[in-house]
Amino acid sequence: AHPALSLALLCRGGAELLFDGVKKHQVTLPGQEEPWDIRNLLVWIKKNLLKERPELFIRGDSVRPGILVLINDADWELLGELDYQLQDQDSILFISTLHGG
Amino acid sequence: CRDCFKVFYVHKFRAVLGKNRLVFPGEKVLLAWSGGPSSSSMLWQVLEGLSQDSAKRLRFVPGVVFADEGAACGQSPEDRAKTLAEAKLVLQTVGFPWHIVALEEVFSLPPSVLRCSAREPVGTEGAYKAAVDSFLQQQHHVLGEEKQSRPCPQHPQGRAGPPTAGQTEALSRLFNSVKTLTAKEELLQTLRTHLILHVARTHGYSKVMTGDSCTRLAVKLMTSLALGRGAFLAWDTGFSDERHGDVVVVRPMREHTLKEVAFYNRLFAVPSVFTPAVDTKAPEKASIHRLMEAFILRLQAQFPSTVSTVYRTSEKLVKAPRDGCAAGTPGPRCLLCMCVLDVDTADSATAFGAQTSSQLPQTQPPVAEAEAPTVSCCHSGMGRAQHCCRMEEDPRACVMEQLCYGCRVNMKDLPSLDPLPPYILAEAQLRSQRAEAEQETQERLLEAEDGARPGATSAEQAHEDGARPGATSAEQEGADGL
Repeated sequence: AHPALSLALLCRGGAELLFDGVKKHQVTLPGQEEPWDIRNLLVWIKKNLLKERPELFIRGDSVRPGILVLINDADWELLGELDYQLQDQDSILFISTLHGG
Repeated sequence: CRDCFKVFYVHKFRAVLGKNRLVFPGEKVLLAWSGGPSSSSMLWQVLEGLSQDSAKRLRFVPGVVFADEGAACGQSPEDRAKTLAEAKLVLQTVGFPWHIVALEEVFSLPPSVLRCSAREPVGTEGAYKAAVDSFLQQQHHVLGEEKQSRPCPQHPQGRAGPPTAGQTEALSRLFNSVKTLTAKEELLQTLRTHLILHVARTHGYSKVMTGDSCTRLAVKLMTSLALGRGAFLAWDTGFSDERHGDVVVVRPMREHTLKEVAFYNRLFAVPSVFTPAVDTKAPEKASIHRLMEAFILRLQAQFPSTVSTVYRTSEKLVKAPRDGCAAGTPGPRCLLCMCVLDVDTADSATAFGAQTSSQLPQTQPPVAEAEAPTVSCCHSGMGRAQHCCRMEEDPRACVMEQLCYGCRVNMKDLPSLDPLPPYILAEAQLRSQRAEAEQETQERLLEAEDGARPGATSAEQAHEDGARPGATSAEQEGADGL
């Protein structure tokens, strides 16, 4: 079994609108059998944090195209995207580039 | 790595400005800041660029304009005030002279904002180099103190005061009357452009820089095609847009993708102010803009060269004058977007020709003829013997005839012209009157030329045949098919 994880989830660029305007969420993911990765983090977010319009944030099992994901300030594409396994104290940042200019 | 990324990012910005050689040293440049990431990044690049030492320093004189569009987006006054306060903080940090304008101010714009001011053509290679050299020489003559010091930070050439409730109400009414989100977005863009242009002209800025990124421009290119603006792609998406004449719009961020912008802003703490827009939280198919954006971004996710391919295509677009237009005398311009009109009233073969002729009374078939492409409310060649379209009689048709195809399509989603700001209708009226006057003059000249011919008597006869009140015989003759 994997222990509980403490994470900082940040939203910028308009993404925060889908979370009631809250830009930073300090969350604790419960311990479970399978390791936590971005894929099931997104499922968790959809279930527990997203206040409205999930289709504007999540598409299929990934984020909507146009939303950047940074894990500890690094591009998630370098870290395996959905398969990246979360570690304690990680900071995940979602930046929506769909807004403004 | 961070440092290499920064070098790469900054270099791109400089390179785009440098290779286009359009911004002259000492020139006043207005930075259009929306608060969003791209324009904020642009602001920051300019800030850093100006404060560097000597040789590599950017050399123009910047100002910033921020347009408060809250009324069009349905923001509450409290939210607008909050956004403005945040914006001011950033502007004060940046320290350039700034101008905050509310979109409501379009209701007090003069009709002259829609006119293209003639301007000397942009300098040649040689002129640019000469300008830079002489500028540098000047610099050497100034001992010690920094000539290019930043203007006083507390410089709110800002606002004439917050907009009145009446104006806000009028703006809301205008936007609420637009039937589709697509048309709303286009209208917003049009009004914003006019407003910024006005600020630029009023304060002597000869250039406006907008923060359009590569990604946004790729979306814009495709969207413009869908909206019927294919003729103007080069101006809408190119590096420089000289349609206004005296004020040139440049897009220095056009080689930066949104992803790069987002990363840069995050890594180097570039402040930005988030403002909701008309399409915030709108579903994907709510407007053509949204749809195109989703299309491109999705494709990009699977084919990472999508955006750059579209972008490279846009670079190949050439601004060429229309065939048949006499060199040096550009045709009439669209009332709203100010591009040279892409319409050809004589060309009834095109779908466009079909559109215009279908709006006419079916009394006489459209006559194709080689007529000078002056836009005139009085389509004398089209056989509208009965009625010359003046602004009073049919304002809508009159305005429509002064618009390009894309703008006409948008106007269809605006059921009434009444809520439009007065400068638009005033300018439309002015142009139609001028066109009619020109028409009359031309016809008088022709009549004078062949005054001795039998044509003169038929003019008298035609005058009896239900000429509209006030029409002169010359107009009538002209109306019957020159």
